[in-house]
This record gives sequence, structure tokens and C-alpha cells, in this order.
Amino acid sequence: MAEAHAPLLSLRGLTRRFGGLTAVDGIDLDLAKGGLVSIIGPNGAGKTTLFNLVTGLDRPDAGEVRFEGQDITGLSPERLAGGGIARTFQLGRVFGNLSVMDNVLIGAHTRLRAVKPAVPVIGPLLELGLALLRPSSVKAEEERLREEVKTILARFGERLLPRIDQPAYSLSYANRRRVEIARALALKPRLLLLDEPTAGMNPSETTEMQGLVAELKAEGLTILLIEHKLEMVMRLSDRVIVMDEGKKIAEGPGEEVRKDPKVIEAYLGHGLSGTAEQESAA
Amino acid sequence: MASWLDYTINGLIVGNVYALVAVGLALIFGVSRLINFAQGSIYLVGAYIGWVAVVQLHTPLPITIIFVAVVAALVGLIIERFGLRPLQNSVRIAPLLATIGISFVLDQLVMLTFSPNPRALPSQLPDVRFQLGGGTIGPLDLLIAGVGISSALSLFVFLRYSKLGWAVRAASQDRDAAMQMGVDVNRVNQAVFGIAAALGGVSGLLVGMYYNQIDTAMSLQATLKGVVAEVVGGAGNVPGAVVGSLLLGLVESYGVAVFGTSYRNLFAFLLLVVVLVLRPNGLFASARQAPPEPLTGTFIAPSRPVRIPRWALAVAVAAFAVLPLLPVSFYMLQTLINAWLLGMLALSLTLVAGTIGQVSLGHAALLAIGAYTSALLSLTLAVPVGLAIIAGGLMSAALGTILISPSFRLRGHYVSIATLAIGEIVSLVILNWESVTRGPIGISGIPPLSLFGYDLISPNSVYWFSFAVMVALALLQARLLSSHLGRSFRAIRDDDIAARAYGLSLNRYKSLAFIFGGFAAGVSGGIAAHLYSYINHETFNTQQSILALTVVILGGLGNVVGAVVGAVALVGLPEIFRIAAEYRILIYGIVLLLLVRFRPQGLLGTI
Repeated sequence: MAEAHAPLLSLRGLTRRFGGLTAVDGIDLDLAKGGLVSIIGPNGAGKTTLFNLVTGLDRPDAGEVRFEGQDITGLSPERLAGGGIARTFQLGRVFGNLSVMDNVLIGAHTRLRAVKPAVPVIGPLLELGLALLRPSSVKAEEERLREEVKTILARFGERLLPRIDQPAYSLSYANRRRVEIARALALKPRLLLLDEPTAGMNPSETTEMQGLVAELKAEGLTILLIEHKLEMVMRLSDRVIVMDEGKKIAEGPGEEVRKDPKVIEAYLGHGLSGTAEQESAA
Repeated sequence: MASWLDYTINGLIVGNVYALVAVGLALIFGVSRLINFAQGSIYLVGAYIGWVAVVQLHTPLPITIIFVAVVAALVGLIIERFGLRPLQNSVRIAPLLATIGISFVLDQLVMLTFSPNPRALPSQLPDVRFQLGGGTIGPLDLLIAGVGISSALSLFVFLRYSKLGWAVRAASQDRDAAMQMGVDVNRVNQAVFGIAAALGGVSGLLVGMYYNQIDTAMSLQATLKGVVAEVVGGAGNVPGAVVGSLLLGLVESYGVAVFGTSYRNLFAFLLLVVVLVLRPNGLFASARQAPPEPLTGTFIAPSRPVRIPRWALAVAVAAFAVLPLLPVSFYMLQTLINAWLLGMLALSLTLVAGTIGQVSLGHAALLAIGAYTSALLSLTLAVPVGLAIIAGGLMSAALGTILISPSFRLRGHYVSIATLAIGEIVSLVILNWESVTRGPIGISGIPPLSLFGYDLISPNSVYWFSFAVMVALALLQARLLSSHLGRSFRAIRDDDIAARAYGLSLNRYKSLAFIFGGFAAGVSGGIAAHLYSYINHETFNTQQSILALTVVILGGLGNVVGAVVGAVALVGLPEIFRIAAEYRILIYGIVLLLLVRFRPQGLLGTI
């Protein structure tokens, strides 16, 4: 274990350029174990690109990412998932033709042990053999994970459980977002990145989602959150980071950041202040 | 002995011809994110229209060129209007399959109209050669260069200065934005398909004149060469396509100079595979950019598969098992044996194309590897046939997976191109590696099927053997699909980025799918070899790959029962209706097109 005060996740000078555009420009960030940090900012500020850099879907041009004290910069998403980093996607990336159950089981993929022996070279062939022969250890593992999926789905009340065998493409938009979060939870993440979990949800659904995230935080899960709905951000975050045009323009407790003239300007300049007021009034 | 300058001139001339095909492909890809597999068929149509004009109508050369361009453009417009426009809001796989189907239908129509025999296409130009440095150049070379350069110039002027040209460029940069700004995307598509087809048709005419020979096999070669040139230059990049074409022409020409004519295509396909692996965006793109996603949306049609109760399947298996005991004709047994063999191939392809979403167009290569392995083992090493067939399956699984692995990082259409090229490479290696494969002569006298020392010669025993093997493979595949691998494969197909973010390694699972599928296809090829007793490099050809694809779409992508039902339907129904053999392939193509348009989920639904 790393020393007690070392952050779970820390970014130093993280930078990503696309041609002439610097989408993420020298971002520093520390996230303590059990903490919740929100990233806000106008559209195109580079928030999702930052998530991609942390989860390995994109590689930074400069800077480093440390997770539990180890340098994980540029590792593949597969390895980072194995290391306990789970994320949801802004536009919702459920597996459309898979049932709700199978979608969430994919979330538990990195936790398969019995069917995926950690043997070099012939490991994949053993996996194929075990999947076909299905000894009792493999069956038991699959059964245990299926039970666990039901427990996870139960967190969403009656939203998903009755639809457990339906293909994800048949779900409502809000339910697809829920499936994504369920899938992320099935990984048993040590770090959860949520990219606009309430996008496209109505106020009551948003409140429900806010309750769930608060619950996860109370259970000790470390969370990095991108969110436009400021009410939720203010309530849940230990700290808020404001990004604009790739740069961090403010950081601190929610109330402080909210009054920062640079933040107000960034939002006003991009015509998003209306959203902010609306949300805080809700 | 021709000089290096000659090879250079030849390479540039051939490159010019490829450029006419590749530029059309690049235009279409730019606007529709679609690789038009029918481009080679238009080229073929151009060659034959040219033949009609020159040989039957005796038109002068300028009129011939204009005539070919106009007719080919019309064919292009028809393809766009009736083949592709109805699929605009369809799943990603639909336009890909549609162009494959269209290509098949066009090729067959040409073959049925003009017969598959090669024809001479005189160039109508005086046969003189001018001395140029150390080499020579003829009037036809100059004509091809002239047509190539003037087409490139007029295309440049069109894209740069005409209003429709602006619209084409706008649509290829951002289709949605262009639509919002009032660009009529349908008109843009029409323009692009018309131009691409005109260029492709003229290219076919010029090639026919250059070699003074045309035949129906030109189509696939042209598609492949055009696609190679386009991908080398960067998909959708029009100037890149021209450079890629010239490069391809030179590589081939120098390759032929050093190694001989039979290696010509090998160089083209190796170049393609190398470029796809090292620089999937082409030579002129930055290496770190993700390849453009060919079309968006769900890859396969979402559907709820038809659930067939187990007892019904058991009854069906039992019924087919006792069939030979009933008074059925030898002919019927023969037909069903073919269906079982095709069923095994379809099982393999439905796993690879349907379950994990890698639409392989070179699947017949897996048959060939299995067939050659089994035949050679039993002939030269006297390995018992049963074991040899299993070895054929294993060899196909291993070699097939290794050969296909460079395409694992590719997506959508690129996978189809890569597998098509790899299939061609396998058949070229079989043709050229004479010490092992006996080259063009093929392998004859392959021992008949036998099991535990008993020869299976009676139709009944062959029937039971092939049926039992197919049922066993189907059961195994159903078991695979119900395991964690089934959902992992399907997750990768639906969204490979999300799958990676949850720890699924694409290499690992695509390999496992190809290993499993390769085994089934290899076993099918092995059995076929012992059944036919003679095989050569053309026994397992692209037509079988396309037939298997049609079977798989008919049954429902990823659907195990569907693959078998599809195989029985496509082998059996033409027999029942006594459709003449030469019309069958045409009908398969039409079936594929109708399915894509009206029932993309197939008979039993995608899984």
C-alpha cells in the first residue's frame, strides 16, 4: 500500500493536443481515497478527453497519471480496467444486442478467475477449453456473479430488475445510463469515473441518480465526476475543478469555485450561465 | 530483356489505370464512409460495354470512351438509387453487404450475357513503339496516361470550382453539418457514384485494350487493386488514391521484374496488409489518429431471435438422422451432404462475422488450408483419414488465426478487405508453392473418407458422417455462445471501445473466435477433400466465401441454428426448383440483396 496520505489518483501536467488544438493543457489533479472530485466546464473544455487519458483510451502527449502511487501513463484500457478503474461514457455505450444481465456481467469480466487462469501463452486456449467443458468451479463462479449482478441491479429499484433479460437497445435512454453505471459497479472499481451520469434525465430521475452517487460515496468509493448539473456537483463534491479550453481555471470547494469571476466568465462567455442558474434553482 | 525504364513505364501506366478505380473509391468513401465492393464490377461492365462498342458497333475510339463512361455512370446511378439509398438509415453492416451483393449480381449478369470465356478487345490504335531513353512507349500507353491525367485534372476542377463539387467536399468533411447547411446529400451521392462509375468503366476499357483481353475474373481483381491503392493513399483521400495507385503499379511492376508474373498479385496484397497494419490511415495520415469509423450506429440489426424449443431441434436432428433409412433418392442424399459441409462453413462464418463482427470475405481460404492439410497428410504420410481431417481443422485454426491476426486492430470494412486479401494470398501461395502443394496441377487420388479403418464409401455412411460432424460442431458452438465467451464476443462486436474499457482484450478474443471458427471450416474443407478426391487452388474460391456469407445472413448473424437452416435452404431450394447451375450464383446474390433490404435480421434473427 502507498502511504496513508498519498492520493489514489494524481495527474501531473497532463496534456493532449489534436493538431493545433490543445484539448487538455497541463492538468494537475489529486483525488484522495474515498473522495469525490467533480470536473465542470463548458462543452468542449476537454473533460471527456481527460477521462480518456486517465482510462487509457487515449495517450497523453505530456504529463503523467499515477494510480495508487504507480505510474500508469499510457497503459492500455484493458490493463487499467484490470487494475480497478471503471468508467461510464458520456453518450452511453451499452452493448445494444446484449441483455441487461450480460451487459453488467461484462463489467465483472476482469474479476473472472476460475475460467481465466493466469497462465502465460496457453492461457487463452485454457480459457476456451474451460468455457466449453465448464467444470464446477467455472459454473459456481458464473452463478455467483449472476447473483451479484441482481444485487447491483436492485440498487436501481424496479428500473432494471424487471428488464434483466431484455436487450439493452430496447431500454429507455435513462435506463441505458443506469445499465452503464451497474456495469461499472460490477467491476468492483477502486476508482469510478462518471461522465455526465444524469445527461438526458428529468429532474426526478436526476435526484434518484444523485442519491445513488451519494450512496456510493458513503460506501467509500472514490469517484471522479463530470457533470453539468451544478446542484448535484455542489452537494456531492469534496472539491470542484473547473476546466475551460483545456486548462484548469479554478479549483476548490464548490461554493468558492462558484463565486470565482473566471468561472462565471467562462460560463457566460460560452452562454451556459443560464444552465447554471436553472440548475441551482431546481 | 526489357529495361528498368520499361518496367517503370509499365508500372506508371498500370498505376494510372488503378488510379481511375481508386479515385472513385476514395470519392465514395469520403462522402458515404463506404467501401464500394461493386467498383470492380462496374470496371468489368465498362470492359464489356467497350467490347460491344469496338467489336460489334465499330465505333471510333473517342466515341467508345464516351459511350463506356456514360453507360457505366448510368450503372453507378442505378446502384446508388436502388441499392444503397434505401439503406441510408440502416445498420452499419447493411451497405457493406449490399455492395458485395451488387457486385456479385453484376458479375454474374455479365458472365451470363457474354459467357465466362476470355475475349479479345482490340485497342483501335496503331501498334508502334516509340524509343524513349532505354525503353519504349506506345500510343496506348500515351492514351492511358492522357485519360488518367485529364480525368484527374477535370476532377480537381470539378471539386474545386463547381457548386456541386463544393457540396461533395463539404459532405465528405462533415455530412451532418453539410445537410444542415442545405446540401442535398442525395444529389452529392448521385454525383459521386456517377463519376466513380464513369472512371471505373473507362478504366476497365483501357485495361482490356492494354492486355487485349477481357474476362469476368477481372472484377474481383480490380476491386482488390483499387481498394489496395485507396487504402495505401488513405481512405477517402482523393490525391492520396492517385499516389497510392502509382506506387502500387510500380511495386507490382518491379516485383514482376524480379520474381516473375505469377507473383504480381501477391505484392499488391502484401502491400495492403503491411499498410493496414502499420498505417491503417494510409501513408499520408498522422499515425496517432484513429482510423475513420466506417459508418456509425449499431453494427448488426437488433432483433429478438426466434426461440426454437429444444425438443423441436431434437426431433429435427432425429428426422434427418433416419432419413437415409427411408426410400430417398441418392441425389437427395448428395444434396444434403453438400448442405452439411456448407453448414460447417456457415457455422464458422456466423461465429466470426456474426458473433464477433468480423465480416470475413476470405473464409474459403480456411477450407483450403484444412483440405490441403488433410489431403497431404493422408496421401504422403499415410495418416488415417479421421485424424488427418482433425489435423486439417487444427491447422486451419492455427494458420488461419495467425494469418488473420494483422486485421485484428481493424474495424468494419477494413476487416473485410483484409480478409479478402488474405484469402487471395492463401490461394496464390497454394498456386506458387509447388514443392508442397503441387501448384496448378492440384492434388489427385486423395483417399476416401474412412473411420477406424473402415472406408465410408456408401452414400448413407458419408451422409451420417458429415451430418454427425456438423451436429457436433453446432452443439459445441452453442455451448461456446452460452459461456462467458459468447457475451464477450458479442460485446466486442457491439462496441469494441467500451469492451476494452472493461478489460476485454480484442486480440485475445478475436483470436479465440478465429481458432474455434477456423477449426470448423478446416474440418469442412478436410471432409470435402476426401469426398472430392481431387482439389486444386481454385476448388475453394471467393464464390464459396460469398455463398457462406449469404447463408449466414439468411439464417441470422450469429445464429447457430440459422446457419444450418440457411445452408439447407440455399443448397436445397435450387435443387428442388431445378434451377440451372449458372443461374444459382446470381440468385444467391439477389437473395443477399433482398435480405439486406427487407429482412436484415435473417430468418431466425441475429443473436
